[in-house]
Amino acid sequence: MVTAEVAEAVPAQAQEDRFEAVVAAEQRIEPRDWMPDAYRATLIRQIAQHAHSEIIGMQPEGNWLTRAPSLRRKAILLAKAQDEAGHGLYLYAAAETLGVDRAELTEKLISGRQKYSSIFNYPTLTFADVGVIGWLVDGAAICNQVPLCRCSYGPYARAMVRICKEESFHQRQGYELLMTLMRGTDAQRRMVQDAVDRWWWPSLMMFGPPDADSPNTARSMAWRIKRHTNDELRRRFVDMTVPQAEHLGVTLPDPELRWNEERGGWDFGEPDWSELTRVIHGQGPCNAQRVDRRRAAHEDGAWVREAAVAYAAKRRAEQSAESGHAEGTERPATAGQHAPTGEHTEHGEHTEQENGK
Amino acid sequence: MTESKAGWPLYEVFVRPRRGLNHVHVGSLHASDDRMALLAARDLYTRRNEGVSLWVVRSDAITASTPDERDPFFEPSGDKVYRHPTFYDIPEDVPHI
Repeated sequence: MVTAEVAEAVPAQAQEDRFEAVVAAEQRIEPRDWMPDAYRATLIRQIAQHAHSEIIGMQPEGNWLTRAPSLRRKAILLAKAQDEAGHGLYLYAAAETLGVDRAELTEKLISGRQKYSSIFNYPTLTFADVGVIGWLVDGAAICNQVPLCRCSYGPYARAMVRICKEESFHQRQGYELLMTLMRGTDAQRRMVQDAVDRWWWPSLMMFGPPDADSPNTARSMAWRIKRHTNDELRRRFVDMTVPQAEHLGVTLPDPELRWNEERGGWDFGEPDWSELTRVIHGQGPCNAQRVDRRRAAHEDGAWVREAAVAYAAKRRAEQSAESGHAEGTERPATAGQHAPTGEHTEHGEHTEQENGK
Repeated sequence: MTESKAGWPLYEVFVRPRRGLNHVHVGSLHASDDRMALLAARDLYTRRNEGVSLWVVRSDAITASTPDERDPFFEPSGDKVYRHPTFYDIPEDVPHI
């Protein structure tokens, strides 16, 4: 992108004041605005981790693509996996507006230098897991993501609006799948309960460590990247999910789960935080497998990327020969950084909804 | 040709949601050429009938104003209130104006 007007140098303090004022006024920071280095770094880390999670998240469900029990379920699962890929791409594009390169982020993922959500390091053992992932994992993701639609960084907020609309399909298809199984045989009902037992606690861990152990939360909230603390979101998720579990006829595996009349919400037990720490540090059941698979897909796809570039170069050469301009009609090189123009979003203001529907 | 490490230039994507509306910027993507950009934009940004028409344009072909939206570039329109209909006092009882 070319900037036609050259701005005069603005004093650093004035820039910072302006940044703070925009954030305080609930306006959005856009790619070429001045922003504190730590704000940029925090966003890059968060958006990259989020993008990686979408991409890695295709694997647990991809495990069942060829074994879906009907054409209908297979078509749904394919569409869902394609959405996850799309979400990853929206998010990589948002990260790139901050001056990083997607190829660099992919490299960091497959070399283990950047993380993804711990939830995807658990295996999908039965087809009921596909339903439970939609219901609980995507349900928890919606809880986390709906407030991000109001994130202070414009490109991230806009990507989240799009993603939240699509996540609603993911959650509903999962719940419907489970309802269908629950209407089936005893063996099918046991399969659902087993999947719920395995995924419940990891789903609660998706909201991150308890507030007391989440040192960056305060700053992210001050910058309006984050709107609620981990514990607030976790409570909201439990309150939403308990009645859904009752309707489904499954038991959530938490003996401490009980209604708190005073608070008007559900009390629940403490997740095993040492498990979260282990999984984050690479000792989950599938960590190595997930990253290996991603690396293999990237390396196996190298020839496709090279072929596409070679084809584009050949077409350009043919076209310039045809038009008689043999010598350079190529465009000038610019940095990988870019900035979407204009303030439009096709969605306009997004109002926060409890479940993204 | 602008190339990221992947060797693919960046494109901005614009979608016309339906007839009668403008194309609106929806995001960006990398592609090896214009044709691939169009196909990828279809797969990425219109999986649910979001559009009836797509534009893709290389990001380096866009010329933009400065990042700061309050800068003097936009000042000429700031003090011309007479360009707005509300600048003019018309008696209440004059119809249709």
